Amino acid sequence: MDYGTWRGVFSLIILAIFIAIVAWAFSRRTKKQFDDAANSIFEDESSIDNSDKPESKKDE
Amino acid sequence: MSQTIPQQPIEYNMKVVRQFTVMTIIWGIVGMSVGVLIAAQLVWPELNFNTPWLTYSRLRPLHTNAVIFAFGTSALFATSYYVVQKTCRVSLFSDKLAAFTFWGWQAVIVAAVITLPMGLTSTKEYAELEWPIDILITVVWVAYLIVFFGTLAIRKTSHIYVANWFYGGFIIVIAMLHIVNSFAIPVSFTKSYSIYSGAVDAMVQWWYGHNAVGFLLTAGFLGMMYYFVPKQAERPVYSYRLSVVHFWALISLYIWAGPHHLHYTALPDWTQSVGMVMSVILFVPSWGGMINGIMTLSGAWHKLRTDPILRFLIVSLSFYGMSTFEGPMMAIKSVNALSHYTDWTVGHVHSGALGWVAMITIGSMYYLVPRLFNQKEIHSIKLVNVHFWLHTIGVVFYIVSMWISGVMQGLMWRATNSDGTLTYSFVESVQASYPFWTGRFIGGVFIVIGMLLMAYNCYQTIRAGRRETAAGNVVQTA
Repeated sequence: MDYGTWRGVFSLIILAIFIAIVAWAFSRRTKKQFDDAANSIFEDESSIDNSDKPESKKDE
Repeated sequence: MSQTIPQQPIEYNMKVVRQFTVMTIIWGIVGMSVGVLIAAQLVWPELNFNTPWLTYSRLRPLHTNAVIFAFGTSALFATSYYVVQKTCRVSLFSDKLAAFTFWGWQAVIVAAVITLPMGLTSTKEYAELEWPIDILITVVWVAYLIVFFGTLAIRKTSHIYVANWFYGGFIIVIAMLHIVNSFAIPVSFTKSYSIYSGAVDAMVQWWYGHNAVGFLLTAGFLGMMYYFVPKQAERPVYSYRLSVVHFWALISLYIWAGPHHLHYTALPDWTQSVGMVMSVILFVPSWGGMINGIMTLSGAWHKLRTDPILRFLIVSLSFYGMSTFEGPMMAIKSVNALSHYTDWTVGHVHSGALGWVAMITIGSMYYLVPRLFNQKEIHSIKLVNVHFWLHTIGVVFYIVSMWISGVMQGLMWRATNSDGTLTYSFVESVQASYPFWTGRFIGGVFIVIGMLLMAYNCYQTIRAGRRETAAGNVVQTA
């Protein structure tokens, strides 16, 4: 296979990978997992940010 | 999903996040003020006070380095450390290395502030810093990579939230770009020469330059968008599935767009055409991401009326959509023949930098500051609103001025008389640009005033937080 042909084949491979990613992302099987993931950022409400001791905060 | 809600609060490392957050605001003011100064120098050249250190040629790289690497990158450090901990439910992989990234990065910036006005430069745009500083950047960046990916490796959740994918992509690609583009032969401690030459040098430079835009100023800040927009809107992202496609499409396309910076140069014609085509295709994932961000608000548009922080975040996405439409268009060769080397390019960059990057950062900082400093809310929401309008008016003033002067310059430079001679001399186009350069200066002043209000507002918030902490009164914030 010469270089030009290989580049054509390579484009087709990339196209196939892209279609596979779209099919996977939008498949019914992954829907629940992705919905959970989208909501996961709201599950951390119980934790606190201001966790280190006040005296260690004279930074900057 | 095995995501468990912890029984006890997790001890996050917020110290480094706080440090980077405060420095983001400070470097923002410094970098944008230098920008205003050099904008003023274009109108009133005597403002360089006949001092070599204050000339436009030396301060312009200082401005770009300060806003991209001091303001923008500090914001990325702060938010990526925050988001990765919050979404992985675990403290940073290494507190010591994280502290090293903070002090190391500040050292890089201070070195830039000293060497650039001295005139020490490698002359590569956005990579002007000389080789000893380049090595320090590499060391700090590898530490950053270890801290970030180490934290992902020890995460307590099964899924890696999409924001982290964008941050991770940004960190890896910036390491690659910086190392490849900075290969140079040192001839003394303060001078080196690139190992590349001619058209190859130009192509490597713009492969670096455009992907600094694509991965630092885009992918990194999209990471910010995917966390802070849903959080501030209190709704999950519009389509998580689209975000997955968005990520892979964006990172696989951006890397090819660099040649559009070299249209009609010694770069081979086919390379220019590849760059043009890939830049035009890039419009699709860019708008996919923008729509995903903005539609997160669908059903809750009313929040924009009352929440200026959300307004910052959403308007930043509008500017993102605008500049990612404008960019592909300007990458088309025939359009580029008009726009290149004119103020249109400058306007385009600033609609991305001040509209997208700065606004999403400012919104995220207003979200972060009260949470990091033991407060429920920012000191004054009213001042946030004033800042929003100052910034928006400033950006619009800036980019409209640059559009008009850019198109005018392009048309003047290409105008020919019937005998083939040029209609206008270059100086005539400079003279015609003065009113628009004044407009840009005014826009910049608006923006810096807004940033000063932000600093005051955040300072008051931090002070109130300190007082309450001293009184032993810890607010539970999310």
